[in-house]
This record gives sequence, C-alpha cells and structure tokens, in this order.
Amino acid sequence: MADNSVAHAHETHGAHQEGGHNWEGAAEPFKASYGKLMMWYFLVSDAFTFAGFLIAYGALRFSMPSWPEPDFVFASFPFLKEGTHWPLVFVTFMTFVLIFSSVTMVRAVQEGHRENRRGVVFWMFLTILGGAVFLGSQAYEWTTLIVKENVSVSRNPFGRHLNDGYLVELDAQGQPVMDANGRPKPLMKDGAIAEVKKGDSYLLHGHRHDGKVELEQPYIFYTKGSDAGELRPVEPGPKAFGALFFFITGFHGFHVFSGVLFLSIIAINAASGLYAARKNGYEMVEKIGLYWHFVDLVWVFVFLVFYLL
Amino acid sequence: MSHLSYEDQKKLVFRGLMILGIITLVEVFIALLAKGHISHSIHFKEGFGHYLYMLLMIGFSLYKAYFIIFYFMHMAYEVRGLVLSVLLPTSLLVWAIIAFFQEGSSWGARRELIKEKDEESVRPAPAGQPQGYYIIPGTNGRNNG
Repeated sequence: MADNSVAHAHETHGAHQEGGHNWEGAAEPFKASYGKLMMWYFLVSDAFTFAGFLIAYGALRFSMPSWPEPDFVFASFPFLKEGTHWPLVFVTFMTFVLIFSSVTMVRAVQEGHRENRRGVVFWMFLTILGGAVFLGSQAYEWTTLIVKENVSVSRNPFGRHLNDGYLVELDAQGQPVMDANGRPKPLMKDGAIAEVKKGDSYLLHGHRHDGKVELEQPYIFYTKGSDAGELRPVEPGPKAFGALFFFITGFHGFHVFSGVLFLSIIAINAASGLYAARKNGYEMVEKIGLYWHFVDLVWVFVFLVFYLL
Repeated sequence: MSHLSYEDQKKLVFRGLMILGIITLVEVFIALLAKGHISHSIHFKEGFGHYLYMLLMIGFSLYKAYFIIFYFMHMAYEVRGLVLSVLLPTSLLVWAIIAFFQEGSSWGARRELIKEKDEESVRPAPAGQPQGYYIIPGTNGRNNG
C-alpha cells in the first residue's frame, strides 16, 4: 500500500479535478488513485495464486479413485461432546463471521467517505474483531484435525471405500481371523455384520505412542466389484488431501492474519487523526477494505472447493 | 459510489448482508440434502443429480463473488477500463481449470494403467515363437505369487 502524503491528497468522493497532479502526470489512469489501482492489480495477482492452489487441488482430486467426503471430515463443533456429528455447521459459522466482517468493512469505508472519524474507527474495530474470531475458529478446526483426527501434511486417515464388503474380525496381533471354511470371519457390530458400502466414508482412528501416531489397520473382505473375494487392509485416504487442506486454508488464514494486522495499524492511524488531515476521504481505509473483501471473496471459493463439492 | 445517497449506501450494505447470508444458508442446506443428511432416501451423490448439484454450488459461489466484487469492492462504480483490466486477465483461469482437470483425470488413468501392468503375469515364449515373454491374459496379478 503506497502511502499518500498530504501533498498528494485527492478527493475520491468528490468530483475529479481537471488536470489533477496525483500521478505527477496530467491525469489519473482509470480515474483511480495510484494506491487503489495498484491494490486492484495486487489482488489480481493474488487471485491467480489462490486459483493455482485450488486448481491443483481439483487436478489431484480428479486423479484419485476416491477422495474424502467433506461433510464427514468437517463435522466437529466446539463445546459439544466428542463424536457429535454436525456436518458443515462450524464452517458455515466461519463463513458468516467473514461475511459480517466484510459488511462492517463496507460501513467503515462509507463513514470514511463522509470524513466521520468515530464511525471509521468503530466499524473497523468490529471488522478486526470478526477477523480475530475467524482466526480463532480456524485454530479450533486445525487443532481438531491434527490432534483428534491425526491428519497431517503427509497423513490422511480419511477415505472412502471403493467397493462393497464387510469388516473382518481381528485377533490380538491385529491379523484377520478365519472361520472353519477358511473364509474371513465378519466383525459383528450391534448383532449384525459390519458391512461397508461403496462410497462410504471412514476415519482410521489413531493411537499415540511416544508422540508417534499409529493408525488402526482394519481389514475388509470384498464381496462385490473388481476386488470381489479379496481380503485387504483398509488404506489411509489420498495423502495429498492433508497437505492441500493445510496449505490452502493456511495460506488463506495467513491473509486473514495479515489483514487483521494492517486493519489494526490503519484503525490506529485513523483514530489518531492522520487520515482526517489528508482530506482524501480516508482512502487508506478504502484500500485495506479492498484487500479485506478479497479475503472474503477467496473464502467463497475455499468454502466451495473444500466443503461443498 | 459517489452517486448514491448515504441512506441508499446503508441500504445496499443491508441488502448485501441478506444476499450473501441467504445464499450461504441455501448452499449449506442443499449440500446437506445432496449428501443425504436431511433425509436418508433423498441424496444426489452420483450421476446426473450430482453434476446438477455441483453446477448449482458453482453458480451460487460465482454470484456471491460477483456481488462482493461489484458492490462491496465498488467495481460497479469504476470506469470501464479498470473493470476490464481486472476481469479480462482473470478469465484466463477458465482455460486453466479445463486444462488441469483434464490433466488430473489423465494422471488417474495412467496410475491405473501402471498398476494393471505391474500386476500382470508373464511366461517365456514357447519354442518356435518369436523370442520374449507373453502376457498371460486375464491374470492381472490375481494368481501370480
């Protein structure tokens, strides 16, 4: 964000002066100040970075025979007892936090145009609060995935079954038990055979020994499809899932984090009267507003790609 | 921006909140419905229904993106040149999406092919036949030790 000095002050909300001297030349390209235009172009480049990551996610997902189901992976909610299955509710909450903070940001920019210092500071404070709540929510989400569900950048215990079959009873060594006919003995659950259907989601529970995670290794005897008649261990899901999730949501979270930092700096400057002295309709607030809306915009697509599709 | 009155601006903000909020709620409701969380008998997990579901989700997201860019970021009130210089480069992504998804499917197909080839059984050429190894048809690793 280029700093506009007082000498280069300009009215964004008023009529543009003929032969203005804001860009040193005679006129402003696109009737926008240097800082605002460059913020737009920074956002274009940032959009390409995010698009590259999300397209990589799509390409890797298309290359895998199965992929974890988002409503199964993201179903935890804070302050509820473990094992509660509330699919997508918490991410919806996070989405609303970002929408609200975007709306308060629009209000801050509007008050800036009216040169209303108190209004700018008030609405920016709410925006910063929204950003902080979002970051806290993301910290909760990451903690659940890493600590309780044992997802890491190189380990993904979430997957989906590729064929129909049933879970097999295991002995004390974790090896499948055979019945008298030499067929794998089905695992009984609540008095019925623990069957799995093609496309069903699973989570391999992990156990920690000396800080190292060991995932459970159930076996499945397949009864249908190309694997029919085979006894196979249940493999962890595609490894790339964890790396993509943490990298992309982490990159977005880093944008939110730096957004909160810049918003705080600009809110303090606004409160100190710095921008009032510039008499340019709080243009700095408008520029950070563009950035903040962009963060919300990216979340629309992160939400779509990771949680809805 | 400049031609809207202060009251109109505040109304726009409220409208934005409603539009984004309601679309998000509708999206999540349809997602839960499509994945069978609302009713066990209704779901769109595969086939035509699944494609329709994905298209709908993408459509809603694009509309939200349009609303944020044009009204929250004031793109609707910028001059045409600025709008085009931002949106035209972004349209290149359409091709990136088509190309890389095609590429992704191809990686998947190749991985399957390699797995299949790795599991094939072979036997030496019988006497009188050209030298080399013959693939035993239909084995695909089922019975090679």
